[in-house]
Amino acid sequence: MSVKKIAKKDFVEFVETLIRKERVFGVQAKGDRFDFAPLESAQDLRLDYDVTLQPPKKFFQPPAEVLMTFEVGGGYQSQYDDEPFVLLGVHPYDMVAINQMDELFSQDNYDTHYMTRRNNATIVACDVAKPSENVFASSMGTAVVKSGYDVLLTDIGDSYVCEAATEKGEKLMAAAKKAVPADDAALKSREAVWAKNKKGLNRHELKCDPAYLPKLLAKAYKHPVWEERAKTCFSCGSCNQVCPTCYCFNVQDDVNWDMKTGKRERAWDGCLLDGFTKVAGEHEFRKQRADRFRHRIYRKGMYVPEKIGGQIACVGCGRCVAACLPDIANPVAVYNRLIDDLGIG
Amino acid sequence: MCQCCAEKKDIYLPELATVMDAKAMNVTERYLRLAMDDGPFDFVPGQFVEVSVAGIGEAPITISSSPTQNGGFELVVRKVGNVTKAIHNLNKGDKLGIRGPLGDGMYPVDEAKGKNVVFICGGIGLVPQRSFVNYVLDNRDDYGEVTILQGTKEYDQRLFTDEVAAWDKRDDVQMLETIDLPDKRWKSNVGVVTKLIPMIKSELKSAVVLVCGPPVMYKFVLMSLEEHEVPHENIFLNLERKMKCGVGKCGHCQINSTYTCMDGPVFRYSDLATMPEAI
Ligand SMILES: Cc1cc2nc3c(=O)[nH]c(=O)nc-3n(C[C@H](O)[C@H](O)[C@H](O)COP(=O)(O)OP(=O)(O)OC[C@H]3O[C@@H](n4cnc5c(N)ncnc54)[C@H](O)[C@@H]3O)c2cc1C
Ligand code: SF4
Ligand code: SF4
Ligand code: FES
Repeated sequence: MSVKKIAKKDFVEFVETLIRKERVFGVQAKGDRFDFAPLESAQDLRLDYDVTLQPPKKFFQPPAEVLMTFEVGGGYQSQYDDEPFVLLGVHPYDMVAINQMDELFSQDNYDTHYMTRRNNATIVACDVAKPSENVFASSMGTAVVKSGYDVLLTDIGDSYVCEAATEKGEKLMAAAKKAVPADDAALKSREAVWAKNKKGLNRHELKCDPAYLPKLLAKAYKHPVWEERAKTCFSCGSCNQVCPTCYCFNVQDDVNWDMKTGKRERAWDGCLLDGFTKVAGEHEFRKQRADRFRHRIYRKGMYVPEKIGGQIACVGCGRCVAACLPDIANPVAVYNRLIDDLGIG
Repeated sequence: MCQCCAEKKDIYLPELATVMDAKAMNVTERYLRLAMDDGPFDFVPGQFVEVSVAGIGEAPITISSSPTQNGGFELVVRKVGNVTKAIHNLNKGDKLGIRGPLGDGMYPVDEAKGKNVVFICGGIGLVPQRSFVNYVLDNRDDYGEVTILQGTKEYDQRLFTDEVAAWDKRDDVQMLETIDLPDKRWKSNVGVVTKLIPMIKSELKSAVVLVCGPPVMYKFVLMSLEEHEVPHENIFLNLERKMKCGVGKCGHCQINSTYTCMDGPVFRYSDLATMPEAI
């Protein structure tokens, strides 16, 4: 597949043509922050963003989605969101998270709802140009990404290096008429960006190789840190909401006004919320805040990794750090505390 | 839609079934016999289905009948909330949605062959266990001594009383029953189900023991089995958890890293050593 170079002003033109042809979502300013939203003008695209408020998971697993419609007393009919779209500006750590979600939703039982959206997406990733306040992707090995995207953009000053990694990506980039094959200097500049990000996206520094985290957690189940931190937890679930690798959901029926038809919907849920494990008879399996707090950290550092070949399910985006009012959610703070107490090895 | 999704079935989509028979068992429990509208329905004792009532939602319910019995499959549903209440309103001829059978953690129907089998049931725990009880009784020669212990809170909550009486009459089954808070209609054992364990006539140490009941029961039963030196490998527990999807995605049923809907609901006790949240 091809690696090209495109001047920034020509890139804007290319995005304009894309918008006219396709359904495009891209990163835009939202107040003094950034978020993914439908892109109406190429001028609004902000590839120099630090981090988006919401991760791009909403394009594959929306906050609420219709799984099926039904007739009361009759049959069920699957519903799909089946329209191709282009996603512009996914950062490497978020791309890694999407790759993990792809694996989780397709393994064992193939989730056709998630995968239909995923297969409809053309993802244009972009390397981080400006580190966010809480990013620690360098610690998690997610500061650069090598797979999953269709196109990868790297800002090298006056132009972007654009690597088309798939057929879809090639097709998309074919519309960039003014792109030229990337020369050695451009490729070198790209290497430099990668080298810089591998070290520089590190506002919180994990004191171990992420591969060690499952082993660390294996001896930390009864550690006081869970109780200590969870003491001030609001059980608000914000850390779940903003996390690109949280995908737990709830399912609910909704009857239409005619009382004859309706829909079954799924919506984001969060393991930190009180009641997440509550069954009839008022029995709740993770009743204590500390139990739920620990569960989230274990999911990121041990449970989900068991399902995806050892990859750690925290990609270091730092969103939960910013979202947590009592400032207890930061996974690095938890892991480092455990390392201090329990040592490495 | 892309080819790969078009070729795969929607894991959340229920298939239609018809109520063949329905009756109240007591104030809170309703019995239902169902048949799938399309195709066969093969399952192993211990597996469950997601029952859908359109407009209300889904609830995981264990299959109570044995696959050795023909004519659909049976469920017993306790009325505790929205979905179970709606299931209680279903009558013969009504339609409902079914997904399943679900759960790879089933009763050890083959492993138990040639061994003594002991069922320990608390309250509605009899409902799932009944599937394996009848499986064993329908293949009686394949198994050793059969013991069934049933503990119920109050007299009126006893389930499948005719069937229990029939098991009691058999001379190849030891049936022991107790009631926590009996009234004068009850002439037998009084107290919690663990009181029955010392009364088991067959050798317990070499038996396969199956346990199902309310969450509080497990700890006490396990303590007693420990005293009787039953190896953890021979004990199987049917664990209840909140479930929303039944297919390993929604996260609600997780016990540590294990998905109850996928690897359970029946677990070998020795496998729970790495799952501190289990009991
Ligand atoms: C594997 C398995 C087998 C079961 N077998 C039986 C059975 O044979 N007979 C029977 O009467 N009950 C059984 N239950 C319990 C039954 O699923 C719940 O009582 C039922 O889901 C409650 O739903 P509701 O809408 O009536 O109650 P609500 O309290 O309104 O529940 C709302 C939602 O919470 C979830 N939920 C609530 N309680 C439970 C629970 N105990 N277990 C799982 N999810 C729950 C459900 O997703 C439900 O849709 C079983 C549960 C599991 C996990
Ligand atoms: S746990 Fe926090 S830092 Fe890690 S991926 Fe989730 S939101 Fe980002
Ligand atoms: S850890 Fe923080 S963000 Fe998460 S539920 Fe508790 S208070 Fe909310
Ligand atoms: S019930 Fe959803 S993961 Fe088990």
